[in-house]
Amino acid sequence: MLTAVLIFWPFVAALIVLALNSNQAKGWALTASLIELVLSIYVAFQFQPTAEAQFEINTPWIASLGINFHVAIDGISLLLVLLTTVLTPFIVLSSFNHNYEKANSFYSLILFMEMALVGVFVALDGFLFYIFWEMALIPIYFICLRWGGINRGAVTLKFFIYTLAGSLVMLLGFIYLYYQTPGSHSFDIKALYAAGQSLSEFDQRIIFWAIFIAFAVKMPVFPFHTWQPDTYNTAPTQGTMLLSGIMLKMGIYGVIRWLIPVVPGGVAIYGNVALIISVIGIVYASCLAIVQKDLKRLIAYSSIAHVGLIAAGLFTMNKLGMQGAIIQMVSHGFIIVGLFYVIDIIISRTATQEISNLGGIRNIAPVFTTVFVIIMLGNVSLPLTSGFVGEFLLINSVFQYNYIIGAVAGLTMILGAVYMLRSFQQTMLGETNSNTRGFIDLGTTEKLVLFPIVAIIIFIGVYPAPLLKISEAAVDNLYTIISSYQALKGQ
Amino acid sequence: MDNLIGLIPLSPLLGFLIIGLFNRYLSKGLVSVIACASVLISFILSILVFLQLEEGQHALTLTAFDWITTGKLSVSFSFLVDPLSGLMMLIITGVGFLIHLYSTGYMHEDAGFNRFFAYLNLFIFFMLLLVMGANYLLMFVGWEGVGLCSYLLIGFWFKNTEYNNAAKKAFIMNRIGDLGLILGVILIFVHFGSVAYADVFATAGSFTTGSEIITWITVLLFVGAVGKSAQIPLYTWLPDAMAGPTPVSALIHAATMVTAGIYMIARNNVLYSLSPLALDIVTIIGLATALFAATIAITQNDIKKVLAYSTVSQLGLMFVALGLGAYTTGIFHMMTHAFFKALLFLGAGSVIHGMSGEQDIRKMGGLRKYLPVTFATFLIGTLAISGIPPFAGFFSKDEILANAFAHNPFVYGIALVASLLTAFYMFRLFFLTFSGDTRASHEVQHHIHESPKSMTIPLIVLGILSIIGGFVGIPEVLGGHHALNNFLAPVFEKSTAIAQPHHLEHATELMLMGLVIGLTLVMIVVAYVMYVRGKQVPANDESIDGIQKLVYNKYYIDELYAALITKPLNALSKAMDAVIERLFIDGIVNGAGRIVTWGGKTIRIVQTGNTGFYIFTMVISIIIILVVKSLI
Repeated sequence: MLTAVLIFWPFVAALIVLALNSNQAKGWALTASLIELVLSIYVAFQFQPTAEAQFEINTPWIASLGINFHVAIDGISLLLVLLTTVLTPFIVLSSFNHNYEKANSFYSLILFMEMALVGVFVALDGFLFYIFWEMALIPIYFICLRWGGINRGAVTLKFFIYTLAGSLVMLLGFIYLYYQTPGSHSFDIKALYAAGQSLSEFDQRIIFWAIFIAFAVKMPVFPFHTWQPDTYNTAPTQGTMLLSGIMLKMGIYGVIRWLIPVVPGGVAIYGNVALIISVIGIVYASCLAIVQKDLKRLIAYSSIAHVGLIAAGLFTMNKLGMQGAIIQMVSHGFIIVGLFYVIDIIISRTATQEISNLGGIRNIAPVFTTVFVIIMLGNVSLPLTSGFVGEFLLINSVFQYNYIIGAVAGLTMILGAVYMLRSFQQTMLGETNSNTRGFIDLGTTEKLVLFPIVAIIIFIGVYPAPLLKISEAAVDNLYTIISSYQALKGQ
Repeated sequence: MDNLIGLIPLSPLLGFLIIGLFNRYLSKGLVSVIACASVLISFILSILVFLQLEEGQHALTLTAFDWITTGKLSVSFSFLVDPLSGLMMLIITGVGFLIHLYSTGYMHEDAGFNRFFAYLNLFIFFMLLLVMGANYLLMFVGWEGVGLCSYLLIGFWFKNTEYNNAAKKAFIMNRIGDLGLILGVILIFVHFGSVAYADVFATAGSFTTGSEIITWITVLLFVGAVGKSAQIPLYTWLPDAMAGPTPVSALIHAATMVTAGIYMIARNNVLYSLSPLALDIVTIIGLATALFAATIAITQNDIKKVLAYSTVSQLGLMFVALGLGAYTTGIFHMMTHAFFKALLFLGAGSVIHGMSGEQDIRKMGGLRKYLPVTFATFLIGTLAISGIPPFAGFFSKDEILANAFAHNPFVYGIALVASLLTAFYMFRLFFLTFSGDTRASHEVQHHIHESPKSMTIPLIVLGILSIIGGFVGIPEVLGGHHALNNFLAPVFEKSTAIAQPHHLEHATELMLMGLVIGLTLVMIVVAYVMYVRGKQVPANDESIDGIQKLVYNKYYIDELYAALITKPLNALSKAMDAVIERLFIDGIVNGAGRIVTWGGKTIRIVQTGNTGFYIFTMVISIIIILVVKSLI
C-alpha cells in the first residue's frame, strides 16, 4: 500500500497544484513534495535490509494481456526513490527566485514527473515499467518546450525523438520477450527474466542491443549523447536538474534491473563492447568539457564523463562495480543538482554563462564560493566527499576487469580536475569585472537548497556505510540470478 | 591510550571547523589562539604517545567506524600509531605548531587572516590522517586532502592569476601521481584481498623477491610519491607553489606534505624490499632529481625559488636512501630536513617581511645588521643543510652518502656532487642576502626591521633543532649508537630480514666523512670568494646566455610540457568537438532519427494486430499530451 501511496501522492498533488492559481502553486508544490519526502523516509525506516523486495503490490491490471500492477521496493529501488524524493523539494525550492508564467502548470508537471520517476524505480512489471518510463518523458518535454531558452523548439524535438526512438526499440524487445513467456503470456519481471534467459545466445544479443540502446540514450553514454548538452543548456534550470539529477538514473537503473538479469548471456557477449564505449565516453566527454566556453555545457559534458564510468563499472559484472554504480548515482544526483543551481545563481546575477565573461566572484561572495568549492570537490571525487566512494569502487571494478581499460577510465581523475579547476578559476577567482561586480552573496532560499546539498555530499563521503548496506542485499540477489544462469549454461 | 590517539587529528579538525564556520565573527586574536592551541594539543598528545612507544609499547590502534564496506572490500576509519607514524606526528604537530605561531605574526596584516588559519588547521588534520591511517585508503584520504589544502594555500591570494595558475598546476600534477597511487592501492586489494597495512604486510612474505605483481604495485605507488614529493618528471609544480604565503612553503612545501612520498615508501618497506627493480627505479629518479634540481638552484635569484629547488633536490637524496634500502636513513634525513628547511623558509619569510615583500636576492645584501636573529638562525640552517658537523644535516646526509658508497660508486659520485652543489648554492644565497652592502632601494632600506617575537621564537627553536637534531643518529664510528635506528627498528624489521643493509669499514667511513667535509668547505670558500670578496651580483635576466640561460630558465621544462601535453590536449579536444561531436555523431543522429521515426510508423501500421496494447498506450500518451498542451 505504501508503495502505491508513494507513486500516486505526487500525481494527486500534481492535479491539486494544477487547479490552484499561479501564486499559490509554489508553496503547495513544495509542501506536497515535502509530504512525499516524509513518506519515503517512513518507508526507509520500515525497510529491512534484506534481499526481499518489500511493500509489494501485485494486482491484475490488464488481465487479458497478463499485465499486472506489480510494484515493490528493494534496496536499489529504495535508494533511487529516496534520491527522487529528497531532490524534488530542493528542485522546487530552487525555483522560488524565478517567476515562471503559468506557475501552476510548471509545478504540476514537476510533481507529475516525480510520480513517473518513482514509478520507474519500483515497477516490477515490464509493461508498467514502460508506461512510467514514457510518462516521465512527457512532463520534461513540456517543461523544456514551454519554459526553455533559445532555440527550445528544435532542441526539445531532437531530445524527444532521440529518447522516444530508443524507447520504442526497447518496447519491441519487451514485446518479443513477452511472447516467449509460457502460457497466456505475462509481463511480470520474473517471467521476463525467465524468458530472456531461456533465449538462445543469438537472440539474447539482439535483445541486449534493443534494450541497451534505450538506456544508453537516456543516461546518456557516448555516442548516444548528443541530445544532452543542448537540452541541458536550453531547459529551464529545474528541468535540467530533473534531467541530470534523477532522470538519467532511469537509464542506469534500467541496466541494473531490466537488462543484465534479463539477458545475462547477451551481456556476457556484448558487455565488453558497452564497457569500452563507456570508457571511451569518459575520456571523450572530459576532453570536450575542457574546451567548453559555456558553464552549462561544461557541466553537461562532465556529467557524460561520470555516467560513462558508472556504465563501465556496471558492465564489469563485478559486485564492487554495481555497488559503486548505485552509490555514485545517488552522489551524482546531489552534486549535479548543486552544480546546476550554482550556475543558475551565476546566470541570474550576471546574465551570462560564458566562462570568459566571469571572474572575481570569490572577492565579494565568500559563502557562495565555499559552497561552490565543496560541490566542485565532490565533482572531482575528492575523498570524504560523496563522489569518491563511488568512483573508487567503479575504477576498482574496471581495473580488475582489465588493467589498461581501468587506467584509461582513471583518467577521469586527472581530466576532471583540469576542467573543473580551470572553469572555477575563470569564473570565481581573479579580479571582478563589469558582469560580476554587483554579485550578491547567497540569499535565504538559496542557502536552504545549497547547505543541505553540501551537507549530504560530505555526509555520504564520510559515512557511506548505511547506503552501501541498504543496497548490498539487493545486489547480492541480482548476482544470484546471474550466477545461477551461468551455472546453468556451464552444465 | 589507544582511544586518545583519535584526539590527535580531531583537535585540528575542530579548530578548522570553528574558524571556518564562524570566521566572520571571530577576532584575529581569538583565531590565533584557537588555531595554535588545536595544534599544540595534538603536539602534546603526540609526545605522550611517543614516550610510550619509546618505552617499547606495541603499536597503538583505534578503529573509529566502518567507512567503505561492501562485498569483499572492507575499509574502516582506523588509525595505527607505530614508531614511524609516531615520529611523523611529532614532526607534523611540532613544526606545525611553530609555523602556526610564526604565521600569527607573518600574516597579521592580511585580510584573509582567519581563512588562512582555517586552511592551515585543515592541512594538519589531513597530514595526520595521512600518517596515522591504518590502511592505504585512509592514507589516500590524507594524501588528497593535503593536496587540496596545498591548492587552497598556494592560491591563497586569489586575485592574482599567476598564483591561481600555480595552485591549479599543483593540484593537477598531483592528481597525475594520485592516479598511479590509487591504481597501486587497487592492485594491492586485488592481490592481497585487503587494504589494511596489517593484512598486507603479514602476507607479503608469500610473494617471492622480484615478483612481477609486487613490482607493479610498488612502481604505481611510487608514481604517487613522484607527484607529491615533486620528483622528475612531476616536480615542476613545487617551484611555482612558492606563490603561497611563506609559512605555507615552510610547512607544506618543505617540512611535511612533500615528504609524504618518503613516508609512504618507508611505510611500504616490506613491499619495496621484495622488488629490487622498483628500488632501482626509486634510486635513479631520486638521483637524477637531486642533481638536476641542484643545478637549477645555483642560477635562481628568487630567495624562495632557490629554497624550492633545494627542497626538490633534498627530497631526491631521501629517495636515493630509500632506494638503497636504507629506510631509516631516508626518514632520518627527512626529519633533519624538516627542521632546517622549515627554518630556512621561515628565515626567508622574515627577510621578505623585513624587506617589504622583496624576494630577489640581487636587491638584498647586508641584511646581517638589520636582522640579527634572522641572520644567525639562517646561518645555522645553511650550515645544517650544507652538511657541516655537528649540525643536523651532517649526520643524515653523511649516512646517505655512506650507503651510496657501499652500494655503487656511481650513485655515490652523483649524490656527492648534488650535495656539494647544495653547499655552494646555499652559501651563495646566504652571502648575497646577508653580507656586504645592501643593494635595496632607499625606501626599502628605510623600512627594514627585525620581525616580531612571534616570528623570531620559532626561528630560534628551529635553529636549536637544526643544531642538535642530528644527535639522534650519531653513527657507531663516532661513538654513537644511533637512537633513531633502534627506535624505528620494529617498522623495518621485515625488510632488513629480506635485504641486509650495507656495512662499511670504520676506516673507510671516516675517510669518506673527511673527504665530504673537506670538499664542502671548499665549496663554501668558493662561494665566499665569488660573492663576498668578489662582490659578484648575478646578472640581469636579459644579459645571460648560453648554458646559463638554459639552466636559469629551468631547462625550459615547463615550456616542453606545454608543447607536448597541454597544447596537444587542447587541440585534440577542439578537433573532437568540431569533427566527431558536431559533424559525425550529430550528422548520423539527425539522419537516423528521421529514419527511425519513419520506420516506427511503418511497423505500427503493418503489425496492427500483434501490437494492440502498444497502440493503446500511444493513444493514452497522445491524449495526455493534448490535455497537458491545452493547459499550458
